[in-house]
Amino acid sequence: MAMMNMVQSINNALDLLMAEDKNVVLLGEDIGKDGGVFRVTDGLFDKYTAARVIDTPLAESSIIGTSIGMAIAGLKPIPEIQFAGFMYLSYAQIVNHAARYRSRTRGNIELPLVVRTPVSGGVKTLEHHSESPEAVYSNIGGLVVVEPSNPYDAKGLLTSAVHGRDPVLFLEPTKLYRLFKQDVPEEMFEVPIGKANILKEGNDLTIITYGTMVNVVEKALEKRPGVSAEVVDLRTICPLDQDTIVKSARKTGKVIIVHEASMSFGVGAEISAIIAEKAIYDIDAPIMRIASPSLPYPMPGYENYYIPNEKRIGDAIDSILNM
Amino acid sequence: MLKDVFSTTIKYMQIMDENGVIDNNLMPPELNDQKLVEFYKMMSLARSLDAKALSLQRQGRLATYAPLVGEEATQIGSAMAMGKNDFAVPGFRQHGVYIVRGLPIDQFFVYWKGYEEGAKIKKELNITPVIVPVATQMPHAAGIAFAKKYLKEDSAVVVYVGDGGTSEGDFYEAINFAGVFKVPLVVIIENNQWAISVPRKDQTAAQTLAQKAIAAGIDSIQVDGNDVIAVYKATKDAIESAKAGKPYVIECLTYRLSMHTTSDDPTKYRSDDEVAQWQKKDPILRLGAYLKGKGLWNDSMEEEMKNSQLKEIDDALEKANQFVPNPDSIFENVYSFSSDAIDEQMESAKKENYWQ
Repeated sequence: MAMMNMVQSINNALDLLMAEDKNVVLLGEDIGKDGGVFRVTDGLFDKYTAARVIDTPLAESSIIGTSIGMAIAGLKPIPEIQFAGFMYLSYAQIVNHAARYRSRTRGNIELPLVVRTPVSGGVKTLEHHSESPEAVYSNIGGLVVVEPSNPYDAKGLLTSAVHGRDPVLFLEPTKLYRLFKQDVPEEMFEVPIGKANILKEGNDLTIITYGTMVNVVEKALEKRPGVSAEVVDLRTICPLDQDTIVKSARKTGKVIIVHEASMSFGVGAEISAIIAEKAIYDIDAPIMRIASPSLPYPMPGYENYYIPNEKRIGDAIDSILNM
Repeated sequence: MLKDVFSTTIKYMQIMDENGVIDNNLMPPELNDQKLVEFYKMMSLARSLDAKALSLQRQGRLATYAPLVGEEATQIGSAMAMGKNDFAVPGFRQHGVYIVRGLPIDQFFVYWKGYEEGAKIKKELNITPVIVPVATQMPHAAGIAFAKKYLKEDSAVVVYVGDGGTSEGDFYEAINFAGVFKVPLVVIIENNQWAISVPRKDQTAAQTLAQKAIAAGIDSIQVDGNDVIAVYKATKDAIESAKAGKPYVIECLTYRLSMHTTSDDPTKYRSDDEVAQWQKKDPILRLGAYLKGKGLWNDSMEEEMKNSQLKEIDDALEKANQFVPNPDSIFENVYSFSSDAIDEQMESAKKENYWQ
């Protein structure tokens, strides 16, 4: 065990994955000598050389497009897109090809590629550096969308993603990169994809969340020691672990969904629909969604008015318990 | 101070002219009579298959189809220059490339009838399935070429793109990547003069499409794309260059004699006269004239070949007609694992039988 923040645990996972399989290659903008703008790939260039830690030209569509080609030809590419806000330039490659290749060739061509990109805000960055686009990529079908909320899960989920056979979008919340450290095993381990994590068991209500909002939810609950909340960290957004969601909703009868991404047509809407379809008679309060408003991500001066905070979450908990 | 820092020229190559006369200085020595007859037969097969597909589409037996007629020399010449270990990455019109690589013709029909099973191509054929969004296959090809180099496989990747496709960002991004990483990539620009309704001259102010390679720092040439020998030689040379770390772009000047796809009516935007001018440069007539002149081909051989190719196509169609679609397969291959939502949706679809 070693104390690691999320940057260190992802770096450690990449190191072990590259040592394990020489066909694992990293590519992206400034990931080589510079170690990435967040230093996630720090030291890997020196250890594995420019042949495997590849500084690409500044061109997002071909970072994903060439990764698709590499995967077709037998490599396991882990492309990094510097910020999720820049990833839309590669959206056609992701939607039209990465997500479809397995299905359209009836399993003949699988694309084991893992796209890493920093997401979400709260760190006072420029425009286009703070988006939470998970719903945009979950609506396609064919992609696995993963978002860890802590260093341990980040390492284990990334390891599973690279060991797997499907294209994975691995979303790394910028705010959590260095927010806290945690005991993480130094050896390789996996956290299963497609399985939500019940962070805390409880009986009064269920809070379903992931990514940046997990520790905000935990803080709101710390101030309410009398509340027995069940906290579900999705970890994998697509495909959703419906079973864990529905079971917890049935158990507590009250559900709040919390995410940083904007509300409309979002992950919360999907979860609400699943609960409504499968467990409407087992819940006794309207499902609540706490999310950012349905508008473009504001500039940093306004982001604290935009991202859900502890007070909003706390108020929602108090209000649903009175229903 | 003001001085020239860069200048270049683009070469044009033609080996067999419109009348079937050959420039012996450029003729590749390995192209013996037998090989040229093989080119002729392959181009003829591609054209007959194309005509069959078009007629089936008109009868409602194929979905939308993109005809290749007129572009046989570009497709067959380049594909015949590839080795077994080389890898082809076509767009959506390169049916000739698929048959040269050995795709069973029945599988071609299954794809164009509208079933993904036609895109499940045996891996040993070293060719990716049809890619429809224009030029997005270019970065795939560059990535495959990167992997070939990384894995030290003796293989070059030949990717196809149209004149319209060279306007796409992915075209430039891919050749730029190829230049930076010196990967074994050969780009065939199948310049058929029309991107649906937009003529080549309105696609770019560049005088040639070959010169676009210069911006990426890689070599290029323009060839007569209706001259199967020139296309063959250019591709052969380019593959050698690419394998030695110098990727290559070949612009083949050819012509789309038919419509963009079966949903299109080219009489709306181009003149019959223009089409007639290009019909005179027909790649098959040209090689046929040469072969006949040398006594290597005659009318009875032509008839015998046509009959045997039509039978081959009919047999393949017969086989494709035996294909039984399996609606479960659209649900079953999305992920390598099962997912709650898709499993449920498949079960419900089965119960409600909604595809009937």
